[in-house]
Amino acid sequence: MNLNQLTITEAKKGLKKKKFSSVDLTNACLEQIKKYDKHINAYISVTEEKSLKQAEKADQKLAQGDNSPLLGIPLSIKDNFSTRGVRTTASSKVLDEYIPPYNATVVSRLLDAGMVMLGKTNMDAWAHGSSTETSDFGTTKNPWNINHLPGGSSGGAAASVASYETIAAIGSETAGSIRQPASWCGVVGLKPTYGRVSRYGVIAMASSLDSPGPITRTVEDSALILEVLAGKDENDATTSEKTTATYSKNLNKDISGITIGISDDYFQGVDEEVKQAIMDTYKPFEKLGAKIKKIKLFDPKYAIAVYTILQRSEVSSNLARYDGIRYGHDRSFFGDEAKRRIMLGTYTLSSGYYDAYYKKAQQVRTLIIKDFEKSFGEVDIIIAPTSPTTALPVGASKDQSMFGELADMLVEPSSIAGLPGINVPAGFSKNRLPIGMQIIGPQFSEELILNIAHKYEQETPWHTTKLDINL
Amino acid sequence: MNFTPVIGLEVHVELKTNSKMFCRCTADYFGKEPNSHTCPVCLGLPGALPVPNKLAIEWCIMIGIALDCKIPLFSKFDRKNYFYPDLPKGYQISQYDQPFCVDGSITLSNGKKIGITRVHMEEDTGKLMHSGDDSLIDFNRSGVPLVEIVTEPDFDNAKDVKEYLQKLQQIVRYLDVSNADMEKGNMRLEPNISLKKDGEMGLPNYKVEVKNINSFRFVEKAIDFEITRQKELLEERETPKQETRGWHEAKQKTVSQRSKEEAQDYRYFPEPDIPPLRFEESYISTLRSKMPELPDEKMNRFQKEFNLSLYDSELLIRDKESADYFEKTVEDGKKFDINPKQIANFIINKKPNLSEVLPAELIQQITASRQTSHIDESELDEIIKSVFENNQKAVEDFKNGKESVIMFLVGQVMRTSPVKLDAQMVKEKLKNALL
Amino acid sequence: MKINVTHIAKLANLPLSHEEKQKFEKQLEETLSYVENLKEIDTKDVEPTSQVTGLENVTREDAASPSLTQEEALSNTKSIHNGFVKVTAILEQ
Repeated sequence: MNLNQLTITEAKKGLKKKKFSSVDLTNACLEQIKKYDKHINAYISVTEEKSLKQAEKADQKLAQGDNSPLLGIPLSIKDNFSTRGVRTTASSKVLDEYIPPYNATVVSRLLDAGMVMLGKTNMDAWAHGSSTETSDFGTTKNPWNINHLPGGSSGGAAASVASYETIAAIGSETAGSIRQPASWCGVVGLKPTYGRVSRYGVIAMASSLDSPGPITRTVEDSALILEVLAGKDENDATTSEKTTATYSKNLNKDISGITIGISDDYFQGVDEEVKQAIMDTYKPFEKLGAKIKKIKLFDPKYAIAVYTILQRSEVSSNLARYDGIRYGHDRSFFGDEAKRRIMLGTYTLSSGYYDAYYKKAQQVRTLIIKDFEKSFGEVDIIIAPTSPTTALPVGASKDQSMFGELADMLVEPSSIAGLPGINVPAGFSKNRLPIGMQIIGPQFSEELILNIAHKYEQETPWHTTKLDINL
Repeated sequence: MNFTPVIGLEVHVELKTNSKMFCRCTADYFGKEPNSHTCPVCLGLPGALPVPNKLAIEWCIMIGIALDCKIPLFSKFDRKNYFYPDLPKGYQISQYDQPFCVDGSITLSNGKKIGITRVHMEEDTGKLMHSGDDSLIDFNRSGVPLVEIVTEPDFDNAKDVKEYLQKLQQIVRYLDVSNADMEKGNMRLEPNISLKKDGEMGLPNYKVEVKNINSFRFVEKAIDFEITRQKELLEERETPKQETRGWHEAKQKTVSQRSKEEAQDYRYFPEPDIPPLRFEESYISTLRSKMPELPDEKMNRFQKEFNLSLYDSELLIRDKESADYFEKTVEDGKKFDINPKQIANFIINKKPNLSEVLPAELIQQITASRQTSHIDESELDEIIKSVFENNQKAVEDFKNGKESVIMFLVGQVMRTSPVKLDAQMVKEKLKNALL
Repeated sequence: MKINVTHIAKLANLPLSHEEKQKFEKQLEETLSYVENLKEIDTKDVEPTSQVTGLENVTREDAASPSLTQEEALSNTKSIHNGFVKVTAILEQ
C-alpha cells in the first residue's frame, strides 16, 4: 500500500509509531500528483515547497510528542477557501492573480491542528455548477473513468481523494457541491448543518446555504476533520453556539431501533441501477437492527425552484464586489455561467419581481423546513440516492443552463433546510462508476448521521474497493 | 403665484465608537494614511463576513429615544445593492423596512412639530476624491457606523432647518455618541426640497435632493438658493426636474449632478450574513433609563429650579459640559451665599474660560468681584474733588439735566480709587455732592 | 414573460455584447420557466425564512483590533497612487 492511499486514521497511527514521517506522506502525495494530475486536473495550485516545509515542522513537533489532531496529515483545499499568501481563484479568471492577505477560519483551524496543505483544488467557477466543467482552469476528470465528470462544484477535491493525490480534502456545499461529487467519485462527503462550520474566508456563493465540509475516504476520517472544523466563530455571525461533539468517539454505537425514512419522491427520475443500489442498502441496515420506513416528503421538484431563486439572488449580490478596483480583474472576465446567474438573481430581486420570486421562494423554504421537521418526528434519519445518475460523460453540462439544479434535485431540499447530509459509497454501476447514498439528519445531528454512515460503511465492501488508476 | 417650500431632511451622523460597524478596525479614520485602517471585511475582500457592533446599535436606539421614536422589538439589517467605486462590496449593509426606530418628533422653538420618520443604522462608504481624470479612493472610512435620521417633509423654511440641525447636533453631543461636526463630515445633511402652490393638495410631484452642504454656515444659503431657483422655474410654468443637485461652495449655487428620474433599484433583501435582532422590553427600558437629561429638559429645569430666564438657560445648556459646570458651581456657591442668578450673569457676561477655572475657583472670583473694601471718608472726598476738577464739562452736563452722565463720573471715581468701591454707594455720594 | 436584459445588465454592472444579450435572454427565460411551478404552492400566511439557524442577536463588543497594513490592503490592487486606490473615468458626477 502506498502511503498516499492511507486514511487519516491509518496515517496518524503510522506517524505515531514512526513507521514513516509526514515528509514521507507528503512526498507520496506530491509524487502521485506529478504522475496523474496532468490527466485528472484536480489541482489548480500545488504548493510543493510550502507543503514540505510544513511537513518538516510537523515531524519536529511529532518527535516532541505533540498530538494535534491532524499533525502532519496532507490535505487538499478547495480553491474558494482564502489561504494567506497562496493564490485563491474560485476557478475564475477574475481572480487568477488574487492572493488573499488572510486565512479562512477553516484554514486557520486546520493549520493549528497541524495539517500539511498540498494545494488548492479545482471547482466549478464560483461554485456555480455540479460538474467542475465550468472551471476557467479546465475540467477535472473522474479518476474512475477520465471520460467522465467528477461532479461539482467540489470536483477537484473529490477527485483528489479518489485518485490518492491527497489523504483527505476540504470542500464546500451550497446544494450538493460536496455530496454529489463524493457520490460520483466514490468517496465520503459530509455537508454539516448550516452554521456548524465557519464560512469566514470562503468565497461566498449563496450566503444562507454555503457549508464547508470534509471529503474523505472513510466516515471516520470525516468525523476527525469535523472535530477540528466545527464550532462558533466570532468572525461569522451565522455560526451556532451549540456545543460541538467528539464526532469520532461514538461511531460504533449500536444502531438497532433507529428508524430510517425513505421517500418514493426521491426516486423520481433516478437511474435504475442507482435506485437498485439504494434499495440494496435496506438489507445491511436491517441487519444492523435499523427499521426502514416509507415516508412522504415535500416533492423535491419544488426545491429546484426555491434553490434556483435563492441562490441566484444571493449570488447576484455576493458577486457585486468583483469590480476589479481593489483586486482581481473587471467584470468582463466573468464566464457565461456566472453572468447568467448574476443576471437572473438581479432580476428576481428587482423591483416588481421581489415578491413573486425571492419572497415566494423564502416562504416555500419555510414549508420545506417544516416538512422535514414533521418527518423527523416519524423517523430518525432519511436516506436517498445522492444523485439520480452516476458520473456523466465529459461535456454533459455544456450549455445546459439548469444542469446543476436538475442534477442536484435530491440534495437541494436538505440544503435549503440547512440540514446535515453525508454521502457514502453504496456500490458501483455496471460500467464501474460509483453510486452514492446520502443520509440526512435533523439540524446538528452530525453525531447520529456519522454513526449510521460508519456502521453502514463497515457492514459493506465499498470502502475497501481500491481504484487502480491506469493512465 | 404663491409657493410654500416643502422640505424633508436626511441627516447622517457618524458614531464615535471605537471600532467600525461590522469589523474591528478602528472607527477613528480622520487624517490617517490612506487605506491603513482596513481589513478583509471593510475592504470587501472575497470571503469576508460582517459582525455588527453592539454599542453602535445601542447608540442608534438612544438617538431614536431622544427623538421620541417608537422602538420596535424586532429589527434586521438589509442589503442595499448598487455599484459605485467607493462601495467595496457592491452593496451597503443598511436597514430597509424594519429599522431600529420609527415615528418620532422634535419640537422647534417656534412650537412647530417636525415628524421623525425613522432612525436607522448603516455603514459608511470609502472616501472618493477627484484628481484630474482619475478618482482616488481611501477605504479607511468604509464601514464606519452611520445613523440616518429622516424627517417628514414638515419644514417650510431654511431657518427652521438650521435650528433643527443645531438641536440635533446638540442632542447627539449630549448623548456623547458623535462629535457631529459638519466640517469634519461626521454630520451630513441632505435636504429634499420642492415647492407647493398655495392651495394645492398633497405633496408636489417632484423633489430635488441637495448634497454636499458641508458647513453650518451654508445651510440656509443653499436651501434658500434652491427654493429661489425652483420658484423661478415654477413661475415660468416649468416643473423642476427630479434630480440630485450639489451645493457648490465657491459658486454659491446648486448644480445638477445625476438624474433621479430613473430611480435606482436597490433590490433590498434581508442581510443573510447577519441574524435579526429581537429586543426584550426590559432592554429598551434599560436604555431609556441610561439616557442623560436632554437639552430641552435641562433648559426647562434650569429656568424653574434656578429662576433663570429662557435666554440665560438656553445659553448655559448649549453644551453639556458647560451645563454640568454651571450646576457644580451652583453647589459650590451655596457655601458662599452666591445664588445661581449671580453665577449665570458672571458666566454669561464675563465669559471666563471654564476649562481653565474650577467651579470652586470661579466662586472665589465671583465673591471677589462682589467684595468692596473700606475707604476713609476724607480720602473719598479728595478723589471726588479731583474727579470734578478733571471733568468739569461732565459736571456741567449733569447740572444741566443730563442724568446719565453720573455713571461716567462713578466710573472715574472707581478708577481713581486705590481700592474697590461699591458703585451704588459712590453714585449716591456723587449725587449728593452735585446737588 | 420578457426579461429586459439591457436593463438587468445595467443594474448588474455587466458589460454585455449584443450577441450575449440575445443569447442570455433565451437562456434566462428558460431558467425562469423552471421556477414557475412555485405558483402552485399556497404560501398564504407563511413567514419567509431568511435565517435557517434561528439565531438572533449576534453582535460583538465595540473593541478595536489591528487592521491590515496599507501594503497588505493594496497587495492585489493594480492601480495605486500614493496609497490611494486609483480608478479612471468615474460615471458622471
